[in-house]
Amino acid sequence: MKHLLSINDLGADGINEVCRLADLFTEVSQRPIPKVPALRGKTVAMLFYEDSTRTRLSFEVAARRLSADVMGFSVSSSSVNKGESVRDTVNTISAMGPDALVVRHRSAGVPHQVTGWTSAGVINAGDGWHEHPTQALLDCYTIRDRLGSVAGRRIVILGDIKHSRVARSCVMAFTSLGAKVTLVAPPTLLPPAVDSWPVDVSFSLDAVLSDCDVVYGLRVQHERQAEALLPSLREYTAQWGLTVDRAARLPVGALVMHPGPVNRGVEIAPEVLDQPNATLNEQVRHGVAVRMAVLYLLLAADPDLHPEGEAS
Amino acid sequence: MSTVIKGGLVIDQTGERTADVVVDDGRIVAVGTDLSGDEILDASGCVVAPGFVDLHAHLRQPGAEEAETIETGSWAAIRGGFSAVVAMPNTNPPIDCAAVVQEVLALGAKAPCDVYTSGAITVERKGAQLAPMAEMAELGVRLFTDDGNGVQEAGLMRRAMEYAAGLGVILAQHCEVDSLAAGGHMHEGEWSSRLGIPGVPAEAEELMVMRDIALSRFTGAPVHFQHLSTRGSIAMVRAARQAGVAVTAEAATHHFTLTDEDCASYDPVFKVNPPLRPADDRDAVREGLADGAVDAIATDHAPHTMDAKERPFDQAPPGMLGLETALALALTELNLPVAEVVGLLSWRPAAIAGLKGVHGGPIVPDAPANLCVFDPQETWTVDPHDTASRSRNNPYAERTVRGRVRHTIVGGQTVLVDQVMRP
Repeated sequence: MKHLLSINDLGADGINEVCRLADLFTEVSQRPIPKVPALRGKTVAMLFYEDSTRTRLSFEVAARRLSADVMGFSVSSSSVNKGESVRDTVNTISAMGPDALVVRHRSAGVPHQVTGWTSAGVINAGDGWHEHPTQALLDCYTIRDRLGSVAGRRIVILGDIKHSRVARSCVMAFTSLGAKVTLVAPPTLLPPAVDSWPVDVSFSLDAVLSDCDVVYGLRVQHERQAEALLPSLREYTAQWGLTVDRAARLPVGALVMHPGPVNRGVEIAPEVLDQPNATLNEQVRHGVAVRMAVLYLLLAADPDLHPEGEAS
Repeated sequence: MSTVIKGGLVIDQTGERTADVVVDDGRIVAVGTDLSGDEILDASGCVVAPGFVDLHAHLRQPGAEEAETIETGSWAAIRGGFSAVVAMPNTNPPIDCAAVVQEVLALGAKAPCDVYTSGAITVERKGAQLAPMAEMAELGVRLFTDDGNGVQEAGLMRRAMEYAAGLGVILAQHCEVDSLAAGGHMHEGEWSSRLGIPGVPAEAEELMVMRDIALSRFTGAPVHFQHLSTRGSIAMVRAARQAGVAVTAEAATHHFTLTDEDCASYDPVFKVNPPLRPADDRDAVREGLADGAVDAIATDHAPHTMDAKERPFDQAPPGMLGLETALALALTELNLPVAEVVGLLSWRPAAIAGLKGVHGGPIVPDAPANLCVFDPQETWTVDPHDTASRSRNNPYAERTVRGRVRHTIVGGQTVLVDQVMRP
């Protein structure tokens, strides 16, 4: 595998392979000196055109724990502000010889375009509303860690699905591993042609709450009010917010997940975030091991996704 | 000096016959057998047709000469067999008054094909105030459009139609309701949903088609619908025509060739407005061209620089090249008799543009010599770099197509010989 642009590039076997490697790298992360020489001599460049804290730091830590060198690139201090095109920036950074580019951009498809302008591997760290594959991978890893497997789990994805790259990647990842996914949102926050997605849809959180293994909340932004997609955030929270009352009706052991950052009190009540079944910090922790696994798969010599004789 | 086109199958709206055609001093002087002339153009195995007429070309001048000029766009037209093009008014400054019309016509007079221009319906194409259509009509403008924008205000569109009818000119509408289309960059549907690209629903086009059919029925003024792209639009136009409403329509080559699935590459070369639609809409465009609901093939030739088309999909401008590939795509994709394809490209658009008798045939003695000779069987592979256009935003790269223009004659001048331009 040369690039990771979409969860589709991995498929179920690829996701399982990432999780298997992430187990190894979790062990590495727990050592007194959490570092291995697997990618010594390799260089990973960060191309973040959009603000990001956790994803960017997570990739940087992951690369360093594999002994790769990291090249930073921050839009505010770069020539992008002087009007340089993405292609010119990619050409410039590529001329310095990185082995992988980690790309975040506000427009869908930019990582795809970048593959045409560099010989380095490209990892999609979030593109517009399209995909955020490493987020979905760390979520699969977290569910697998807590519940034993993703297959057969009933997962509710709740909130602004339409504008969410996390939702697109998670739906693909969860369903390809055999989970049953239900999207819950007001119709205005569902994507068009949602009947073509491999999911069930409900407009009522209350209707699905007592019958699920995971509630995966998504951020709901204030702008959605101005766009007439929501009457008000107050109404959203009343109908679709994961309040303390609703969280109490979840089956015992059901997980509360969220990719962050959280709009506390809008999509999830602050008290719910502090409950032991909320996995937000675990997701972040697993993110490092999962991104180590992804970097290793892309950059280590001969990373065969399907080793002979090994069942997935 | 006379030119004889030897041994071709002559096709015009009166029918087909194998004949030689002699051209002299700007006119066709003889059509028959065993004719001779000073220069001989071989047409054996080829069709001799009226020069094509494009109702919809963006020549980008004045204002965006880095993407195209009237001269380079005209050469692209010549290579596509077009003897006449109608320039769109979304230039900078826009073609919305006599002064800009005169500039475009002056540049067009030096171009190898006949360049006609449209004029804007409203000042600066902003949809607020009527443009001075009468002063533009006096300079020969026959077609008015705010192309790139639809006229959003129904009341203003009604007045524009009434005013235009009095001048004997036609209004051409880019049908798109802004409040439904705003922020969209491809067709809203399964593919936009999967790709995470904001969509434009088919209804953004269809609502304006519906409105303007009603306004045309109400005012009695003719309306021409530009680049129709949805099954619903074409069905409404078909029904309106049957009911005797004075509407006409064009379809762009890409709308009967490509689909929204092509956007999955995230290559902005596939971004166009109206957007590429699903296969069912593409098929409806083909059906409309076959049964007469749609009058004409237009190119919507829309050059953009490489830089502009390398932006992220949602930041790149819409539009794709079309003049040099229109005939081949029509012959390859439409599965229509050659004579019908010729009609869709020549006499039918000529009638809408008010060019009857000058362009679009018939091929008879004393008619103006605007002709195109093409081989309907030759297959070739599209190469974006092999172009007369200044731009390269050709979505058909590597596609193998059938049908190739060999010679083009405009006003009696042979400007293309065996695909080679003759300045």
